[in-house]
Amino acid sequence: MQDEPTPTELIKAVADFLRNEIAPGIKGHNAFKLRVGINALDLVTRQLALAQGSDAAEAARLKQLLGADGPLIELNRALCEKIANGAVDLQTPGLSEHLWQTTMDKLAVDQPNYASYKRELGKK
Amino acid sequence: MIEGQLARCVASWFPGATGITGAARLSGGASQETWTFDVVHPDGNVGAILRRAPPGYGASPGRAAGLDAEATLMQLAHDAGLPSPRVMHVLRPEDGLGRGFIMQRIEGETIARKILRDEEFARARPILARQLGRVIAGVHGLPAAKLPKLREMSATKEIADLEREYRSFNWPRPVFELALRWLRQRDPGPSQEVTLVHGDFRHGNLIIGPDGVRAVLDWELAHFGDPMEDLGWICVNSWRFGEIDKPVGGFGTREELFAGYEEAGRKVDPDRVMFWEVMGTLRWGIMCCGMMQRFRQGPDHSMERAMIGRRSSETEIDLLRLLAPREG
Repeated sequence: MQDEPTPTELIKAVADFLRNEIAPGIKGHNAFKLRVGINALDLVTRQLALAQGSDAAEAARLKQLLGADGPLIELNRALCEKIANGAVDLQTPGLSEHLWQTTMDKLAVDQPNYASYKRELGKK
Repeated sequence: MIEGQLARCVASWFPGATGITGAARLSGGASQETWTFDVVHPDGNVGAILRRAPPGYGASPGRAAGLDAEATLMQLAHDAGLPSPRVMHVLRPEDGLGRGFIMQRIEGETIARKILRDEEFARARPILARQLGRVIAGVHGLPAAKLPKLREMSATKEIADLEREYRSFNWPRPVFELALRWLRQRDPGPSQEVTLVHGDFRHGNLIIGPDGVRAVLDWELAHFGDPMEDLGWICVNSWRFGEIDKPVGGFGTREELFAGYEEAGRKVDPDRVMFWEVMGTLRWGIMCCGMMQRFRQGPDHSMERAMIGRRSSETEIDLLRLLAPREG
């Protein structure tokens, strides 16, 4: 078992240091790059917090939709094949809801400030 | 260095020029560079831009129209009275600067967030969509006989290209599959009218001033095809920068864009525009995935590239908003 602090705590501490202590003194293109770097650390923190739960829920939905089990990536490959050959489409019960939920869960990690995401959060 | 070569080059075609100053690299990868500089002249300095593939980078990659074609198109647009820089010089081998051209530098803003938020552009924003409709109609109407050789694209070819590229990533994306299927089923077939298509008509490639659009740049992706493609591309949500209720670049409505287009004597097919908006959204998503591939394979191991890979999910939510909208 690895000791504390957790990866999330470490990354947060680094991101906060860069954001609060370093960023105010950096100018020009490096300021832009630093912002991208801090955004990357924040993204990793969100993924560490959220991915386990959303991946499990996604796998459960896929199992239901496909009537099959396997690693998440294989389930996604199987769904892709079925969409490509028309075996499932937006009329298929549960498909639209599955794609929406999966995409919302990705945005929650990737870009929670994206305007389309914020708009859709207000819907069911 | 480049200053010396540029000064010698400029002296050979610019009467009275005594040198150049302030050369600075703006952007671009290894195969294509953009430089800004001033021509020093007794009557006052003249702002100029060099766009070039350095010596050793001859052929234009993949889809690119090529720098010679870009120069021709820019000059044609300028001659037709469209907002476009004047081409001052097309590079010759004896210039020793590689392939490319030198054009007039036009002052203004290309950064979307400033154009959409700064007070300076408050008067421009309400008129831009209509203006851009007229401008892109002018581009589509450029005289066919004078146009350079360019690739010809159709919806069918574009779908196949996108699909091939997406499959090459070997990473399953059910929403992209849904979009590909939607596009294949609604492929409108060959356009009745095939015109010059700019190919990248959006924020970043438009110089905007307080008075409105001043120049259309970057003809790298110009081709022949369905003119509705350009109208769909500028409506893609990725170019709205948060102003999602203003489909045209975050500043205007489709109706304004279409009105400007039709004022210039051309016809809009709104269904085809919507088709190309879906295509464009998918295209940007696949381009984001491509950036991530290049990040992995190197040599550009940059954070920016890596993080753009995480923006492809933005196009997935936008595709779902287009193809499977929810109530509420």
